Amino acid sequence: MTNAQLKPTAAEGGVISRTPIAGTAGLQRIFKSSRFLSSVLLIALILFWEFGIRALKVPRFLVPPFSDVLKALWQGFSAAPLARDGFWFHSGITLVEVLLGFFIGSGVGLALGILISQVRVLEEVLRPYIVAFQSLPKVAIAPLIVMWLGYGISSKVAIVCLLTFFPVLITSITGFHAVDNDRIDLLRSLSATSWQIFTKAKFPSALPYVFAGLEMAAAFSVVGAIVGEFVGAQSGLGVLILQLDAQMDTGGSFAVFIILSLMGVGLSAGLRSVRRRVLDWMPEELSSRTINT
Amino acid sequence: MVCDWITESLGWSKKQRWSDMTQLRETSSVGTKRDFIRIRGLSKYFGEGGQPGVQALADITCSIAEGSFVSVVGPSGCGKSTLMRIIAGLLDYSQGDVSVDGQPVHGTRRDIGVVFQSSILLPWRTILENVMLPAEVLGLDMRSSRKRALELLELVRLRGFEEKMPRQLSGGMQQRASIARALLHNPKVLLMDEPFGALDALTREQMNIELQRIWSESGKTVILITHSISEAIFLGDVVFVMTPRPGTLARTINVNLPRPRSLDLTGTPEFANASHEIRELFNHAGNLE
Repeated sequence: MTNAQLKPTAAEGGVISRTPIAGTAGLQRIFKSSRFLSSVLLIALILFWEFGIRALKVPRFLVPPFSDVLKALWQGFSAAPLARDGFWFHSGITLVEVLLGFFIGSGVGLALGILISQVRVLEEVLRPYIVAFQSLPKVAIAPLIVMWLGYGISSKVAIVCLLTFFPVLITSITGFHAVDNDRIDLLRSLSATSWQIFTKAKFPSALPYVFAGLEMAAAFSVVGAIVGEFVGAQSGLGVLILQLDAQMDTGGSFAVFIILSLMGVGLSAGLRSVRRRVLDWMPEELSSRTINT
Repeated sequence: MVCDWITESLGWSKKQRWSDMTQLRETSSVGTKRDFIRIRGLSKYFGEGGQPGVQALADITCSIAEGSFVSVVGPSGCGKSTLMRIIAGLLDYSQGDVSVDGQPVHGTRRDIGVVFQSSILLPWRTILENVMLPAEVLGLDMRSSRKRALELLELVRLRGFEEKMPRQLSGGMQQRASIARALLHNPKVLLMDEPFGALDALTREQMNIELQRIWSESGKTVILITHSISEAIFLGDVVFVMTPRPGTLARTINVNLPRPRSLDLTGTPEFANASHEIRELFNHAGNLE
């Protein structure tokens, strides 16, 4: 009886006193959220960059103030899309190299990974070569590839292919080997064909691994394109960096760095959204745990 | 006096008990219906490179009547799972004959449903899609299979969960879904390999009662592999007792307890006698877990 009488009063008191507390708690939550803190850090860094450099009298050709970088970005992107001194043209070339190389390289990596993991003889024969090739730093071959394929876009695509191929190959082989035997037994007990076992059990089971490889490949693909352009090319952001450095236009170089990092972020964000759609059954933390163990 | 009270409370008349006892004497033939699964002199060796290695099963001979519930009980490593995999066609055998429905077993068959130790629900499929898997694999009519899947989910009391993902269900519910999946293509035989081994004791008892109901409503021949003596007696019309090293069929025990059986039955002298008999067999073989 007493309890029943007390309860509503307690609840009322709770509601009244909770409102102001909830307000400050909400604000506190915003202040403590990592997104808020990293934006604060960004602003602080930019301010330090802009005014610290002026105060310390660092020469402009070594480290440009942030405003120079913004200016360079503005100038670069206000150029005509096909102008050879603008950012659009070179970014487009590099993006094409990155995307073409990524799709071809990882596609071939996945296909070969499936083939190798399903054919035991093939795996045993090829394993030493895969290991040997994997331990070779692929960028070392870049000059040779440029020599073979020329200064055009194809040599850069080939280098990106080479860099994206291996992580996807290795993770696919691992993924297809890690398929739970119970799942295969289940399908076998239903008299499933090898193709049904593959499409209904093996492929979906291996997908988290394949995506881990694709994420690695995405990061490597931008590296591959830039290295290829450094070695020898007529256009692309790598070429632009070399030109700007030669002109001591450090602000321009920094602007290109920002474009490159945005390209990488965009690529991995796109990949993550595909991954979310395809692997919606598996929470992200869970899949990375599966792969690590 | 006490005995009379027990028989009465279990709903047995003296006459029924007498007929049960006469049935006990004819142990060689199991049940009255025709033999559905026949095993003659079955042996299995696990060896490498064609050389006979460890003997897993030695000269097993038994037959299982259509529509009956057979429990196979034995300690770990007695080859009971091997026996199940051979009947399912997942494993080949070294010697002897195995036939299901009059046909020798060579490879897997479409008229067998298997429930494994874990539910093995595919995590990227909803419960309904998981239950529908046999229909996809066997190329059955999808519309009528969907209707049947929903009926089976009703049977295993999972109606309303068909759009849920497996990880959203408890272990017992997952295993019930896997039973529905095993029944989808209307198999004549349901093979169950320690299906409740991973569940806690309370859930397991509930699942035993559920399984008894599912079996009596579906009318399938069921072979249940278990290492629990009480589970074997509670569910089985017949209990095959296996002893290890090598796996042999030590005895066939007919369980003539009335159905539907309730958990109270586990306290009766009949139940205790049967479980004592099985335990003695294990003791004799020097293998009590």
